[in-house]
Amino acid sequence: MKESLPYNKEIMKHFRNPKNLGRIKNADAVGEAGNIQCGDVMKIYLKIKDSKNKLRISDIKGEVFGCIVAIANTSMLTTMAKGKTLEEALKIDKEELIKKLGGREKIPPFKIHCSILAADALHEAIYNYYKKQNLPIPEELRKEHERIQKTLKDIEKRHGDFIKMEREILK
Amino acid sequence: MRRIYMDYASTTPIDPRVFEAMKPYFSKKFGNTMSLHSIGQEAKRALEESREKIANLMNAKSGRVIFTSSATEANNMVLKGIAFANRDKGKHIIVSAIEHHCILNSAHWLETQGFEVTYLKVDKYGFVDLAELENTIRKDTILVSIMHANNEIGTIEPIEEIGKICRKKGVYFHTDAAQTYGKIPVDVEKMNVDLLTASSHKMYGPKGAAALYIADNVKIEPLLHGGGHEFGLRSSTVNVPAIVGFAAAAEIAKKEMNSEARRLTKLRDNLIKGVLKIEDSHLNGHPTKRLPNNANFWFAFIEGESLITQLDIYGIAASTGSACSSESLEPSHVLLAIGLKHEEAHGSLRLSLGRWSKKEDVDYVLKVLPRAVERLRAISPFGRKSK
Repeated sequence: MKESLPYNKEIMKHFRNPKNLGRIKNADAVGEAGNIQCGDVMKIYLKIKDSKNKLRISDIKGEVFGCIVAIANTSMLTTMAKGKTLEEALKIDKEELIKKLGGREKIPPFKIHCSILAADALHEAIYNYYKKQNLPIPEELRKEHERIQKTLKDIEKRHGDFIKMEREILK
Repeated sequence: MRRIYMDYASTTPIDPRVFEAMKPYFSKKFGNTMSLHSIGQEAKRALEESREKIANLMNAKSGRVIFTSSATEANNMVLKGIAFANRDKGKHIIVSAIEHHCILNSAHWLETQGFEVTYLKVDKYGFVDLAELENTIRKDTILVSIMHANNEIGTIEPIEEIGKICRKKGVYFHTDAAQTYGKIPVDVEKMNVDLLTASSHKMYGPKGAAALYIADNVKIEPLLHGGGHEFGLRSSTVNVPAIVGFAAAAEIAKKEMNSEARRLTKLRDNLIKGVLKIEDSHLNGHPTKRLPNNANFWFAFIEGESLITQLDIYGIAASTGSACSSESLEPSHVLLAIGLKHEEAHGSLRLSLGRWSKKEDVDYVLKVLPRAVERLRAISPFGRKSK
């Protein structure tokens, strides 16, 4: 058993006071991503408004089953994405996200994967929204979607019992 | 803010009485035990008196105990030293699947050197199966190593019975008593062991000292060759201050161990009872056949590293077997061995009590732990029930 890792100030700030965590009822789109390496799972909920012919994220929330870095990066990403158009949100750079969480040198190397997971979940939510609205899906996003789905299938195998338990609760 | 240490299974603070006993050996009585002058002989005397006290608490003759720098070193020496000294007899070693990494990784290394290792399965409480052990012992088995009590889930193994089986089969038996020595009775005669590891820093002694009991007839090679300290079994200038501290801790334990174990058992049971009131919480290990100071749980829908960090924010020091807290991103091998799934081990929490744990500490944990669990469940994609 190992003790909690010493995380940098930025990560701890977001862990102590996470922004936009939880769910949005009647969300316009939901995206999910998981990491098979450690078993973390993340969900992003979006409210989307059409203003001046631009689709804009009017509200965003995230749910996390995972470590401090996973929680902090969901908080950071949702803060960054709120108010952006979908196109802008898709352009949020993963390196930028890592930098805002203190940078690669201040995140343990084996935690880097956790610090970009929320971006995957956001991409999934946007993909699902485009699909639902019959909007054209950019090629890059489609590729991302395929990659993320592959990991999710593995995760589903691992967390099958929780997913089953939850379905029964929601019945 | 309130600071509560509930991680005594990781390490303990030095008892102030131990610290006092050590002090003269840093600067005044600093001699090398191998020196023939009186300063050296003073240190030598302290070493031998310490050996006597430490052997006494495990009912061993003092000449059968050697000192090492850590339990990890002692356990390495047992596995490698027995393997290489008894190659002519066989190449098969048996360990349990829930041993400490220092045993398991020594065993893995021995496999690369041509030895064969059987990793004995355990049941849902962490107990090894005696019949299975007996069946696993072969003609070429040279060593069985099974821990006295598990460091994560606290399960106390039936060491006497395991020892009997090994005696009957004529196989060396080692037990890692790092978690039990000084906390519950340890008796090398009653336990039928040939080798036993005890640790100082788990029982209010300093870090940097451990003891290895080696029975009279045991053939073992040293890890460290040199000036021939410790009966030629462990060369290195002897760490007298640490060993004097270890012995002082053993003396205190001898007097206080039994009443302390009773006190901690009561605290532990209250803690377990209170924690299990949290929805979807589960106890790991056996309800009664466990270390007096150990409680281990898993909580559905949340991850352990986040949980211990949340507890740390509330002032409580604890530990977890979650994958997130290990660099390998693998959950605890002990929790997987008792049948927990990856996601269940992900949400594990170990609370371990000690000499300075009080009822108020347990009450405080019971007050804030539900809040910490609830907070993480509220942001988890699983576990809607608690919303």
